[in-house]
Amino acid sequence: MRIVVPMKAVPDLVEEIELNEDETGIDSEYLTFVPGEWDSQALEEALLLKDAIGAEVVAVGLADDPEIDQILYTALAKGADVAVKLADASGAALSGPAGIRISDRVALLAGYLQAQPADLVISGVQSADDLEGQLPPTLAALLDLPHVSVAASVEVDGDSAIVRQEFSGGRSHELQVNMPAVIGVQSARQPPRYAPISRIKQAMQTGELTEVTVSLPATGERAVVRRMHRSETNGQAEMLTGNAGAVADQIVALLRARGLVKG
Amino acid sequence: MVLAEHTGGQVSDGTHELIGKARELASALGGLTEVALLGRADLAGQLCGADVVVAVDHPALSEYLPEAYERTLLEVLAQRSPRLFLMSNGTVGLDLAAALSVRWDAPLATYVSALEIDEGAVTATAQILGGKVLVDVELPGERGIVTVLGGAFGAEAGQSSGDAEVVHLDPPAGLDAPRMSLRQVFEADRGDVDISSAEMLVSVGRGIESRDNMEIVEELADALGVPLSASRPVVDAGWLPKTRQVGQSGVRVKPRVYLALGISGAPEHLEGIRNAELIIACNTDPGAPIFGVAHYGTTVDLFDLVPELVGKVRG
Repeated sequence: MRIVVPMKAVPDLVEEIELNEDETGIDSEYLTFVPGEWDSQALEEALLLKDAIGAEVVAVGLADDPEIDQILYTALAKGADVAVKLADASGAALSGPAGIRISDRVALLAGYLQAQPADLVISGVQSADDLEGQLPPTLAALLDLPHVSVAASVEVDGDSAIVRQEFSGGRSHELQVNMPAVIGVQSARQPPRYAPISRIKQAMQTGELTEVTVSLPATGERAVVRRMHRSETNGQAEMLTGNAGAVADQIVALLRARGLVKG
Repeated sequence: MVLAEHTGGQVSDGTHELIGKARELASALGGLTEVALLGRADLAGQLCGADVVVAVDHPALSEYLPEAYERTLLEVLAQRSPRLFLMSNGTVGLDLAAALSVRWDAPLATYVSALEIDEGAVTATAQILGGKVLVDVELPGERGIVTVLGGAFGAEAGQSSGDAEVVHLDPPAGLDAPRMSLRQVFEADRGDVDISSAEMLVSVGRGIESRDNMEIVEELADALGVPLSASRPVVDAGWLPKTRQVGQSGVRVKPRVYLALGISGAPEHLEGIRNAELIIACNTDPGAPIFGVAHYGTTVDLFDLVPELVGKVRG
């Protein structure tokens, strides 16, 4: 049983995001990158499967991704067996308006998986910087594999994956899916495990990142970015001013006016 | 063309929102509004805003099943050749749009909040990075796929009365040899507290930073005598149960007051609170999208604000 988990870093959403001067891309110079949160959920689900039935878990990133070494070493420290960095055989730098384009990312992954097939690809359902769709269905379409996204659990029964797919409002479906398959995980069955710094340091000393080069095929027509702009939030919320005490007074007054605070 | 989504014999609100937008675009481009209705041809009567309902029936389509839907939609798209295919940006959109984009060879825009025809070109505004950045894109070529955020467009224009022509298509070969099957349907678990009917909610997001810090917001919820809810990152981290998650993949709420603490306002979250009467948001980032929908806002740190609130509420 071989499980491949694609991983990448995304801009830290807690920080302000700057755009480049001509407003066609994100200025990544001063950005802080953090592991994609759905990727961490996907890795956790893969590791849970490994714990339950035994499996080889392979964490895969792109050599051009920011912070990718750190992310892959952390995956090894958490229990991944192998970490792989993929590079485009032409050596050309990959980039798009919001980082590496999904189509290029998926094409490299597909090339890798054609050469070294997996029983399951367990990916984060999406990534905060997806501009042209999500990775799992794109990858599955290229490889002609069955796929399920927005999964909240993945288990294995013989040659099938048993996947719980979530819908709006809390409904869910339990699906039986022939393997090999591609699953997009929304949330793992339990919160992602923690890797102590000491173990990550150990992985950096003894762990190995395998580099694999893949040829990038041409892709079809895709959306063209005309302009990027920051979300405009002016004019809607009335901003409460003053220190914490003064703001709290105003909020309590709003609640009191609605009878939600007595007195 | 719009994909109709339905549960329990009821066409979703999102479908009507898409039909309304599709009518506007079809009128600008001089075309028709079609709706793909899979598995329940008997629901065509609910789609009166469309000119044509393209219905495909097969037992594998009675409930949403990714593979069966994908194969059927590829057949529908091949036969009807729409200029644009619109889907809701929920589970089905996340599941199928990108795969259809590859297989139907059409450019895709996701998380779309605005969609126009600009001098003959289809342009969309997509949200990325949790709604912090908006991207205006053009979908070049003769076809395109767009997944639209819930609530981006009104539903009324999609519900105008009329009789849609119903066209029945045969299901594609291949539905009888599936690689996946539906084993069970689970209805929503409302849990110990039904936040969907709460009069007020204290809701907490990523800004709370750690499990240990949850104590201060629990204290505020207790002081006010209202439930504590959360955005997805808090639930995914395991700090609150899934039944307390507000948003598209959680619960849609309609409290009289929604107090959002450390919630930036990702599009999925905003969809869950659009029926809240009054939204008060606290976030240290003045550019957080939550301030675009909140009625009152503050950039005071929640760790300073919450203890003050607790003290004042307790008197």
